[in-house]
Amino acid sequence: MTRPATETLPPSLPPQLSPRAIVRARRRQAAARAWREYRRSPEGMIGLGILVVFVAAAVFVPLFIPASELDVTKATGTPFSPPSAEFPLGTDESGRSVLALTLWGARVSLLVGFLATVISVVIGSVVGIAAGHFGRWTDSLLMRVTDWFLVIPFLPLAIVLATVLGPSLANIAFVIGITSWPGTARIVRAQALAVTSRPYIERARALGAGDWHLISRHILPNTVPLIFANTVLIVAVAILSETTLAFLGLGDPLRVSWGSMLDSAFTHGAASIGAWWYLVAPGVCILLVVLAFTMVGQALEAVLNPRLRGR
Amino acid sequence: MAAISTRTFRPSAGQRRLAAKLVGAALSLAFVLVFNFFLFRVLPGDPAKNLTRNRLVPAEQVQVLRESFGLGKPLSQQFITYVGDVLTGDLGISYKFRRPVSEVIAERIWPTVLLLGLSTILSTVIGLWIGIRGAWRRGSVFDRVSLGASLTLYAMPEFWLGILLLMVFGVGVEGFPGLFPTGGLSSPNTELASPEGIVDVARHLFLPCLTLTLAYIAEYALVMRSSLLDELGEDYLTTARAKGLRDALVLRRHAVPNALLPTTTLIFLNLGFVVSGAITIETVYSWPGLGLLSYEALRTPDYPLLQGVFLLFSAAVILANVLADLLYARLDPRVRTG
Amino acid sequence: MALLEVRDLTVSYPSRAGAVPAVRGVDLTLDPGQILGLAGESGCGKSTMAAAVLRLLPPGTKTSGTVLLEGEDVLTMRPGRLRAVRWTEAAIVFQGAMHALNPVRRVGDQITEAIQLHDKVSDKQAATRVGELLEQVGLPARRASSYPHELSGGQRQRVMIAMALACSPRLLIADEPTTALDVMVQAQVLALLAELRRELDLALLLITHDLSVLAATCERIAVMYAGRIVEEGPAAAVFEAPAHPYTKALAEAFPTIGDRASRRNPHGLGGDPPDPRDLPSGCEFHPRCPVSVAVCPTLEMELWPAGDGRRAACVHVRDTGPAGGYGPPAPERSGQPAPVDGGVP
Repeated sequence: MTRPATETLPPSLPPQLSPRAIVRARRRQAAARAWREYRRSPEGMIGLGILVVFVAAAVFVPLFIPASELDVTKATGTPFSPPSAEFPLGTDESGRSVLALTLWGARVSLLVGFLATVISVVIGSVVGIAAGHFGRWTDSLLMRVTDWFLVIPFLPLAIVLATVLGPSLANIAFVIGITSWPGTARIVRAQALAVTSRPYIERARALGAGDWHLISRHILPNTVPLIFANTVLIVAVAILSETTLAFLGLGDPLRVSWGSMLDSAFTHGAASIGAWWYLVAPGVCILLVVLAFTMVGQALEAVLNPRLRGR
Repeated sequence: MAAISTRTFRPSAGQRRLAAKLVGAALSLAFVLVFNFFLFRVLPGDPAKNLTRNRLVPAEQVQVLRESFGLGKPLSQQFITYVGDVLTGDLGISYKFRRPVSEVIAERIWPTVLLLGLSTILSTVIGLWIGIRGAWRRGSVFDRVSLGASLTLYAMPEFWLGILLLMVFGVGVEGFPGLFPTGGLSSPNTELASPEGIVDVARHLFLPCLTLTLAYIAEYALVMRSSLLDELGEDYLTTARAKGLRDALVLRRHAVPNALLPTTTLIFLNLGFVVSGAITIETVYSWPGLGLLSYEALRTPDYPLLQGVFLLFSAAVILANVLADLLYARLDPRVRTG
Repeated sequence: MALLEVRDLTVSYPSRAGAVPAVRGVDLTLDPGQILGLAGESGCGKSTMAAAVLRLLPPGTKTSGTVLLEGEDVLTMRPGRLRAVRWTEAAIVFQGAMHALNPVRRVGDQITEAIQLHDKVSDKQAATRVGELLEQVGLPARRASSYPHELSGGQRQRVMIAMALACSPRLLIADEPTTALDVMVQAQVLALLAELRRELDLALLLITHDLSVLAATCERIAVMYAGRIVEEGPAAAVFEAPAHPYTKALAEAFPTIGDRASRRNPHGLGGDPPDPRDLPSGCEFHPRCPVSVAVCPTLEMELWPAGDGRRAACVHVRDTGPAGGYGPPAPERSGQPAPVDGGVP
């Protein structure tokens, strides 16, 4: 005997709403609750703040630093000069402003990070849901593949793939995405398995619900929060991976990223010359961004899984 | 009457699981071979052209390359030849060194083993200690500082740390002279086998080892701390205290060994990341191991060498995973007999 | 001299909102060889009390009062003396022996650890003793080489009991020894405890929420509610003619086999156990009490005499005097069903 829909409405809504609207309203309320809970975590808020600053800087940099500053032929500074009034973060080996390089580099690093994460999460979620929901042969096969990717060491695999595919932003994002989806797949699969075995799924099936309906209406909504928290942590890893690959020379040679800056700095002997500004600027940015994503990710996990709070 | 000890070891369950793991490992390895093989052959266009797209190669060499791939023969035949070659240790000829890949690898393997081995031991021992102390005195200054430091170390690229350390301690800053060599395995004209040689290698080893150790301490500390915190909530520890055991012994004899179980396998499973770190750190310090070799190979690009190194790294990590499973089964009686 | 004498014991846990009292001014006495049962709902503080006897509370808890074990105050002992006293004078068997044993060590080793902590014996001698202990609780000696997960729930409980007896203590505290066990196994464990107590002249403090278990095994019963003792007396009397309304409710919640009247009318008690952070004023039971009167929320509660060796913290007991029992339901509550077994008429 189901209670009438009006009894389960949040008090602020008028009665006689369609079931869809009710579900949406409830979801909005849950999201608002989650946000309130999130706000209570100082690390979460600090991390979020740092990310907002970096993303804003990356998005708006063309407005106050023209792209021409990256042009080697138009560089005006003395190579490897320390921070000064004209060049707040010093210059690189060609005399370009390190500040300009760092801010423009943010765009590439963040973009590749996000792109790689999207690829990774999409593949991981699809694989995870398929494995968890359909079970048996699909599950065994997909898990075999997942385990293989988990076992193989990341960097050697990434190097081999990137070398073969050629240097470009898209390829780097692809390589990172394709080597990091297993983590998401595992988590999503566990959740999909749990949800699929719940009684209401069986009842829905008895009522004639097809797999697509079950996945889109039941499994996906239950896994999205988990995927979201996991995604944030993956972005952190993706950015670190991009940095590493760019440092090794596998990035797009025409674009500046934090990793490529470190590569240039190192190969042009910044360490021997003592051009610390050229090394510190991109490195600190990476450090801050990755820390920020980690803090946000942990705060999200604490919101979604109360057991983890207070650690 | 003394208790009769009967080990209730049920061979079939445990051994079946072990066999399944070994089969899995063999399958993974087989897939690595397949992957290696197809990667350079199923690319669009002429493989030989693809491989030489970045360099100027005379036409005859391209033709030689084509023949070396055996491209005339059917794909299955090529694959069988490839597998046969690998199993007999023939990994092809390196472009850059113009010598058999297996030879080149054999020369460079020990410096990497030395570097990785030492840093793994150090980071494990120190990391575990930090994790245990942090969990035992949760919320203390030590705990908060080590947590913060761990998270920060975790968030930075290990090679960035390496370059900074190189700059400060290798090159020296502002009148503070460099204490350590800036690269390589040893100084020229030093006899490696002599006492001065050993000291010399140690001096060269110091900074890269320090960098790798710092990079991985964080992971072990965080996992151990988390594992021990989980364990500290368990009832059997109260039983141990009730029996009259000192708190320190409760920790040492009951909590820590149980918390160590998942952590020991982590050390093996972490090998994949340790290997990745080795590549970048050896590059920074010009440490002549497999990592630097990978860097040199990818810069060329030297495909046979890359494939050979990839194969070796993958096999090592797969093996490490199997060992991790075996070790865990040995250590945890619930897995052994359950 | 009493074996265990608890006087005005108060235990508070730290929390963000301040100290939360779990045990509030409890007095208890146990003579050598006696069995005392301690009953109450979850959260009433009985497990906290049990842990307090051996000072096993988590760090941060505030304890005050006296706990005299063989004349020595446990709460002020030096740590070294405390560790020596633990297990040799009093031992505790925890609830849910599932997790009370180290899962990766053999049970024999865990018992041996207890023995060797307090006695310089060789491994061989310890092994012999372990075998004896296991047989004493009805398990074959070879079970010493088993791991906890290889044993059934009842077997694990027996192992816990065997381990508790390892150093021949004079007091055994059993905290929910039969919870989560099948009825048949429950009966076996209780019978074992009773028999051991006879053989070894052990004093037993049996803690459980199941009053009927206590009625069968114990000589005296004490009932706890919201951190205080609300009734105390000889087991049969307390169970058959409860003086405190809460005890009555507890007794009625478990129908007696063979009593057709109680089978048709078991009823639980409405409401929830009180939140220790926000206790009702006066008598803490008054919000759920079927016979509460106007003065209950304001009264300073204490244990009034309720008959032969009995005490109860209820205003009706105070008013109707040593004859015990409580009067007929107050007029405002006549809607409640009349008690079937009845109080003392």
